[in-house]
Formats: sequence, C-alpha cells, structure tokens
Amino acid sequence: MSAPKMTMAQAINTALRDAIAEDDSVVVFGEDVAQLGGVFRVTDGLHQEFGESRVFDTPLAESGIVGMAVGMAMNGMRPVVEMQFDAFAYPAFEQIVSHVAKLGNRTRGKVRLPIVIRIPYAGGIGGVEHHCDSSEAYYAHTPGLTVVAPATNADAYGLLRAAIAGSDPVVFLEPKKHYFAKEEVDVSVPVPPIGRAVVRRPGRDATLIAYGPSVPVALAAAEQAATEGRDLGVVDLRSIVPFDDETVCAEVRRTGRAVVVAEAPGFASVASEIAARVGERCFHHLEAPVRRVTGFDVPYPPPKLEHHFLPGVDRILDAVDTLQWEDEVA
Amino acid sequence: MKEHLDLLREMVRIRRFEERCAELYSSAQIRGFLHLYVGEEAVAAGVVSELDPQDAVVSTYRDHGHALARGVPMDAVMAEMFGKVTGCSRGRGGSMHLFDASHRFFGGNAIVGGGLPVAAGLALAHVMRGEPRVVACFFGEGAAAEGEFHEVLNLAALWRLPVLFCCENNMYAMGTAFAKEHAAGDLALRASSYGLAAWSVDGMDVLAVKESARRATESIRAGGGPCLLELRTYRFRAHSMYDPERYREKAEVTQWRHLDPIDRLVEVMRPEFTDDELGAIEAEVSVEIDHAVATAETADLEPVTDLTRFVTSEVSP
Ligand SMILES: Cc1ncc(C[n+]2csc(CCOP(=O)(O)OP(=O)(O)O)c2C)c(N)n1
Ligand SMILES: [Mg+2]
Repeated sequence: MSAPKMTMAQAINTALRDAIAEDDSVVVFGEDVAQLGGVFRVTDGLHQEFGESRVFDTPLAESGIVGMAVGMAMNGMRPVVEMQFDAFAYPAFEQIVSHVAKLGNRTRGKVRLPIVIRIPYAGGIGGVEHHCDSSEAYYAHTPGLTVVAPATNADAYGLLRAAIAGSDPVVFLEPKKHYFAKEEVDVSVPVPPIGRAVVRRPGRDATLIAYGPSVPVALAAAEQAATEGRDLGVVDLRSIVPFDDETVCAEVRRTGRAVVVAEAPGFASVASEIAARVGERCFHHLEAPVRRVTGFDVPYPPPKLEHHFLPGVDRILDAVDTLQWEDEVA
Repeated sequence: MKEHLDLLREMVRIRRFEERCAELYSSAQIRGFLHLYVGEEAVAAGVVSELDPQDAVVSTYRDHGHALARGVPMDAVMAEMFGKVTGCSRGRGGSMHLFDASHRFFGGNAIVGGGLPVAAGLALAHVMRGEPRVVACFFGEGAAAEGEFHEVLNLAALWRLPVLFCCENNMYAMGTAFAKEHAAGDLALRASSYGLAAWSVDGMDVLAVKESARRATESIRAGGGPCLLELRTYRFRAHSMYDPERYREKAEVTQWRHLDPIDRLVEVMRPEFTDDELGAIEAEVSVEIDHAVATAETADLEPVTDLTRFVTSEVSP
C-alpha cells in the first residue's frame, strides 16, 4: 500500500492544518496567506477552514509581522509567520537577529519564543534577484536561531510539525522549486528530529553533503557517477542549525572524500562552515581537501543565466574529479 | 490640443507595450516576473509630463510605464525585458529593475517601499548640490503600510526635501484589498499629518493628474517642501502573471474599465479628434513596439564570461 502523493506545498499545508487543529495557540499570518492562500498556495484553504482568528492576512509590514510574533510568543501563542519571498524577509532582519534570536539568551531562558518564520527560498524557478536568494548564512550565523531546510516532502511535513511544536524560534527555509513536485508522503510515519542529518544514499568513494534544494541535485550527480564507476554517497543535513556533525563525519571518515553542494554564494557561506568543520574533525581520514560547489559570488542572475549560477551535476562531478584519486596520481 | 495629443500618445504607448509584454511572456520570450500597468497609464503620463528632463524619477516593480513616460527608449526597455545585453541594465535588471540614469530614471525596485528613501536621498543631494530639481517617487498604497513610508515622509517633511510622492492607490496590494491594509482610509490625510501638503486625485483622469502634478511641482520648486498625491487608480489586469485574482469580483473590474483613462481622454478630445487621428497614433505606436521587439529578439544575452562582472567597480590595471 502506498502513501498518497503530495507536493511540498501540500505537505506544508497539511502540517499547518494539523498543527492548527491540534493546538489552539498556533496561528498563521503574513502577507496574502489567508484570502489568496499565499503566493505559492501553501496556505490554501486554511483561512476558510479555521477562520480569521487562526489564519489571517497582514498589511505589508515584515518588521511588524515578525516583531508582533515576538510579543505573541511571549504571551503564550505559537505564531507561524510567512515571509513572501526570501528577500522580503530582510525588512524583518532587525527583528529576527536583534530580538527573535536573542531573547532566550538575554532573559537567561526565562523567555522562550516558539516562533516559526517560514521563508520560500533559493532559486531554480526562473525567478530573479530578491526572489531566489539563498539567505541561510545570515540566519545560521546568528546564535539563537534554528535553521531548517527540508529536501523531501515528508521532511517538509515532519520538520515543520517539529518546528511548530518546539520551544525555540525556527527559520524554516522552503526550497521553492520543490513546491509543486509530487512525492509520496505518509504523515503518520515520524521523521527524525530537527538536528539529525540523514544519509540519502550510501556511497563508498566520496560523500556529497547537501541540504534543501541541493539534495536532489547531489543525488542526480551520484546517479550519474555510478554509471561512470564511482560510488558517491549523499548526506541530507535537513537542519543547518543544529548541525549534525556526527552523521556527516561518520560518512566522510568512511569515504575519505567530501564535496559540499549548496546554491548560496560560496564566500563566508554555510558550505564554507561545513568544509571547515569536516576538515577539523576528519583530517586524518581525508584523502583530499573538502571541496565546495556553490553559487558564484554574485547576486542571483536573471532566468536565462541561472543555470550557469546553480550548482549542477557537471560542476559537482568536476569537483569530485579533483579529489586526488590514487589512480590518477601520475 | 497638442498637450492632449501628447498625453494620449504616451498612454497608448504604455498600454500597447504592456499588452505586447503579456503576449511575449506567454510565449516565454520574457521570463521572470511581470507586473503590468494597464489601467494606470494616466498616472505615469500625467505626472511625468510635468517634470523637467533634469528632474528625477524613482519607481517600483510596476515600472514600465514610468520608464517609458520618462523617455527611456522603448528599445532599451524591451531588450531589458528580454534579458538582453542591449537592455537599459544589460539584461540584469529585467522587468522590475529598469534603470537609466541618463534619463534620470533611478530605477524600478522589487522591494515594496524600497524606493522611498532613495527618492529622499536623491532630493537631499539635489539640495546640497544647489540643483533646483524635483524627485517624483512612485509607490503603491500597499507600500504606505511599510515602515519606510513613515520614516521617509517624516524626514522629507522635516528637511523640506523637494520630493513629489506619488501614491498609486489601485486599491489592492497583491491580493489584499485596501480596507484590509489600512485602518485610516484617507491616505492624503495621513500624509499631511507628517507635515507635508497632500491631496487625492482621480488617477483615471489624466488631465486631473497633470493639473495636480503641475500645482505640486510648482509648490515644490518654490521651496514649499514635499507634496504627496494620492492617485486613485485601478489595475485592470492581474497583480502579476501568476495571480488567479480571487480577491475581487469581475464586476468591479468591469466597472473600472468604464473609467479607462485612454477612452476618457479621447472623449474629451472629441469631436475635433477623429478616428483617423487615433488610428495614426496606434499605427505609430505599433511600429515603435515592433521595432523594439525585433531588436530585442536578435540581441545577445550578456556573455557568461560577464557573470561576475560589475558586482563591484572595475579597477583598470
Ligand atoms: C518588502 C516586500 N514585501 C513583499 C513583497 C511582495 N509584493 C510585491 S508587490 C506586493 C503588493 C504591493 O502593493 P502596492 O504597494 O499597493 O503596489 P501595486 O502592486 O498595487 O502597484 C507585494 C506584497 C515585496 N515585493 N517586497
Ligand atoms: Mg496597490
């Protein structure tokens, strides 16, 4: 018996619906989330089903939306807010980094903020700058924020439920190019908790480390490599913060080679952090320096150029080729 | 009559340009996001007709009409829509980020409210450099809910900056109706509470828009400080090309279509103005658009080798 197929948008919608139904303190709000059902229809039908007191539209006021979530969370609610696109969260950046991230620490734990900030993120949809940003590094760099980036629809459901049920603020990055891709999702099967990476594909020769929209690209690269006689594994981080050193390092120690794949520009990026951690922890097991395959250090390019920017199978395999394979040493 | 003809020609240019863009989007020659100005032409045409060439314009992501009215060549605008290197931003800006400093068009802006502080800054620089210029800043009524609107109105009024704030109130911010965005319904009243002159205008009547813009720019040029016009208008088409328009009734759209600014001006110009003359304007515009499309189609994309150029200024060795 197979589980029903749903898109990532539907998986997230189902998670929101189940969370609202289960817990009276959960409220969903943001720009165009109610009547329109969201730009990507992720919140479709929730307003109709649960009414204005649980799911509501706001004026254009990102800083106000997130700032209000802080007050609401201090006062017993579990706000789930939507930023319409990655770059439209920047007007709320001050609230996120100055308050959402810091209040728990500032009050020495007296205040906990169960806030989820949902952000459609990354590219691959023929969008343009402001609409395709991979903004994870800003959040990951800010102590106090949990940063989640699901790659599968089942994870989108499970991780969002966990984020809403948790006691700390979560920046929930939804790879928008997955919104309309269907997969089987059995919501009754629990997924591993936030903070746990998953080996999506075991491999003997090298490990590809990815998260969010880069996971299927890494899997495609591994598939292609297999036809060329190389056995690549793929680790899906699922959450960037907390970072699962254990799972990642166990894989890399086995293979001795690693490539990190991420869409964001590479300089001072999450990919760089991963490469550094793996280098520090797995040094004696490594046959080659950890490579990064990332976006270039430029603003997101327009649709007709985006395929050059995004890490693709070819660039990943080129990086794998440089991992100092013995048979290639002259 | 010459004035009327100029306004009509500008509105027809914008209207037909937008309609062609919609077609080109459907055939995937234009990609990315596309926000059309159909229905709102009287605002750009009327306001910009009162600006001098040295005055500056700041726009939004719904920026084609502002750019065309300002005189940014249609070939360069269309090429930009196609993402071609001959576009006014070398194809990197696209529909939402037209830019042409040589025409003092300081950009579309994909961030709602993002243009307001830029406009105030341009104006402050004009003042500091002793240049008697006006900055026209277009933005939607949705932007009036953003913090930047409030910060900038206060700053501009405080320092008496020469900015003409043009709030295009088309009654919707994407799928959210005006009444769900604003508790206080009168935007002009709200603006005047910051200490600047503000009033509302029928934004479907290009002559009324022009007259208000004339009064406002006159006052600004005379040192009267900033003004805000609330231009009551309506977009006939969807917010962008992905919008199922669940938030409004068809009948409402039809009602506003009866106020079509182009038809209304033509009516004013009858009976002297004939169908032949209108046909001549249409023909002229259609030649201009065909040319823009043809040159955009054959132009090149920016070469991939330029992908990392222009992020910072290039230091010549
Ligand atoms: C800071 C920010 N938040 C959200 C958006 C998404 N968005 C684009 S246009 C728009 C509606 C803006 O409405 P309004 O200011 O009235 O201008 P209109 O589109 O009606 O011309 C929204 C919500 C954005 N571009 N920037
Ligand atoms: Mg509007």
